[in-house]
Amino acid sequence: MIRTHILICAGTGCSSSGSAAIGDALEEQLALKGLADEVKVVRTGCFGLCALGPVMIVYPEGTFYSRVTLEDVPEIVEEHMLKGRVVDRLVYKEHEGQELHEVPSLGETGFYKTQLRVALRNCGLINPEQIDEYIAMEGYEALGKVLTTMTPEDVIKVMKDSGLRGRGGGGFPTGLKWEFAAKNKVPQKYVVCNADEGDPGAFMDRSVLEGDPHAVLEAMAIAGYAIGANKGYIYVRAEYPIAVKRLDIAINQAREYGLLGKDIFGSGFDFDIETRLGAGAFVCGEETALLTSIEGNRGEPKAKPPFPANKGLFGQPTIINNVETLANIPQIILKGADWFSSMGTERSKGTKVFALGGKIVNTGLVEIPLGTTLREIIYDIGGGIPGGKAFKAVQTGGPSGGCIPASHLDTPIDYDNLTAIGSMMGSGGMIVTDETTCMVDFARFFLDFTVDESCGKCTPCRIGTRRLLEMLDKITHGEATMEDLDKMEELCHYIKANSLCALGQTAPNPVLSTLRYFREEYEAHVKEKRCPAGVCKHLLRYEIDPVKCKGCTICARNCPANAISGSVKNPHVIDQSKCVKCGVCMERCKFDAISKK
Amino acid sequence: MKSLEELKQIRERMKDKVALREGANDTRIVVGMATCGIAAGARPVLNAFVEQVNSQGLAESVTVTQTGCIGMCRYEPIVEVFQSDKERVTYIKVTPEMAERIVREHIKGGRPIVEYTIGAAEK
Repeated sequence: MIRTHILICAGTGCSSSGSAAIGDALEEQLALKGLADEVKVVRTGCFGLCALGPVMIVYPEGTFYSRVTLEDVPEIVEEHMLKGRVVDRLVYKEHEGQELHEVPSLGETGFYKTQLRVALRNCGLINPEQIDEYIAMEGYEALGKVLTTMTPEDVIKVMKDSGLRGRGGGGFPTGLKWEFAAKNKVPQKYVVCNADEGDPGAFMDRSVLEGDPHAVLEAMAIAGYAIGANKGYIYVRAEYPIAVKRLDIAINQAREYGLLGKDIFGSGFDFDIETRLGAGAFVCGEETALLTSIEGNRGEPKAKPPFPANKGLFGQPTIINNVETLANIPQIILKGADWFSSMGTERSKGTKVFALGGKIVNTGLVEIPLGTTLREIIYDIGGGIPGGKAFKAVQTGGPSGGCIPASHLDTPIDYDNLTAIGSMMGSGGMIVTDETTCMVDFARFFLDFTVDESCGKCTPCRIGTRRLLEMLDKITHGEATMEDLDKMEELCHYIKANSLCALGQTAPNPVLSTLRYFREEYEAHVKEKRCPAGVCKHLLRYEIDPVKCKGCTICARNCPANAISGSVKNPHVIDQSKCVKCGVCMERCKFDAISKK
Repeated sequence: MKSLEELKQIRERMKDKVALREGANDTRIVVGMATCGIAAGARPVLNAFVEQVNSQGLAESVTVTQTGCIGMCRYEPIVEVFQSDKERVTYIKVTPEMAERIVREHIKGGRPIVEYTIGAAEK
């Protein structure tokens, strides 16, 4: 009889820090101690606290262990499983020196306390490779309810009333999208799940697929019933091997149980799902490009209209929903539109998952009701900026979004507020920057990405973004004039207005928003040929203070470019024409004599 | 899957198996599992409680867990029952056979079994 469950995260974050081997070692040790029949190891999806991985939680006590290593496994089994003594040193504590009895339960920690998990409700709680565990958590009941007690019109009404908007970035009302597709009376329609999550720093869709794949399948079947489609495709990128594997397992299990296939729940409704692997092109996250790719063609966008709801996959009416959007749907059906619309703000209902990354203590995945402020997310949940540094800005919406400075930290997050302050919701990536980040360099990073990912079909995006990147390069090299800044801004607006798809239309956002909030940084680069954050190499100078320098020669010996000269016990000098600005001399100097300007 | 009934059956079958993960309940049965407890035979006692709690249909409301040495090694195996609104009850020298009665009469029936408690032994 099982008395204890050890839930170990098998998401991508913890897998990369070795959770698979730890899970195996746990099972081995448990067998060795004769505990295999009493303690069960369950591999789950992402818990959210990726920064602390590998993580595990022991039930029924709810003990949360973080940064577990292979060497810790025998101790955990011997002490905790066998003797009932919690391994104090591995327990996640919110601050140094916290005594064990002061450690709050996981749900009470700052990281989880204000979170509200709807889309992520099963992530980190069930084994995603076992359909029975999903069913134990009310899985497939929403599909049962829809097929046995509701008409397609009822389903669409619930979706419209709930106020759910697309979580992939656009924010289009889901119920309305379904209604458009349902109105087209043709025999063949499609439901497509957009799992081509491509924003740098975003991993919420991946975590849902890895942690709760059945929720997505169930929602697609519900969508199929609502619009009158019996075929679904999940377009997922091949770079997500764990997600792809678990989706395949989930689809097979659902077919075995007859939850996909013919005559589901004896209702006469047929629905089946196939996966399609994307090759990782960012543009394929754009819906028309995604559909073109499923059709077997090169992934390039098309002009809209016609919208996919009228003429989509293989020319048939198609709805495309993002993974996170879908993960909300079974809960909305079961708990009702009123429950869902009671969360969030006036025009943005429900919760949103954000992937926290960059200069933040709790790198990871959080789900909060819309309307929560950025300050709460970054400081209360995210734990603030590491190393006591000052917050500078947060980039939301990845390469399509914009940065938000400290002055807007108290803005409640919803679709409309973020747009008003020059950013966007996007898929939910949040990259935090601190005082050591150069905003020009930061914008350049995203532009570099969009230049690579531009599909090349339309000129404003293909050539415009390239020119924009060159202008940014000029600024970071200290070669730009004030006139260039004005030209750059003009080009941004031109690209936005003339590009074919959302990739080009949003590509200049990082530049425009940094220009709007951090114009003085751009001007410092242009006018003073100086990078205030000390990041842009071409504008840096390393100098040796002749008073502090003891002539120990360590800098000269370590300089890879032989740019430092001087004799023993005499002050050294850096030859600026040879210096490659690697910073090794400053790191090695024991007398703090080298400074960066 | 041809009916909601089938789905319900799977859910009922699985519910107890995942109930553990909802965290500690109001009623906790805590078995002393330090070296002293284990030496005195706490392991089969712990397993007997887990089995009884499940077979008597209490898995969703009762948590069976373990703890270290509470200092009265001569009375091991010690089993304590914590209920949020009541005094804790300490049973001593517990055997697997006693588990069935403790779960039935105390946990389900609300009547602690006085003769098994430490109070009875120290009279």
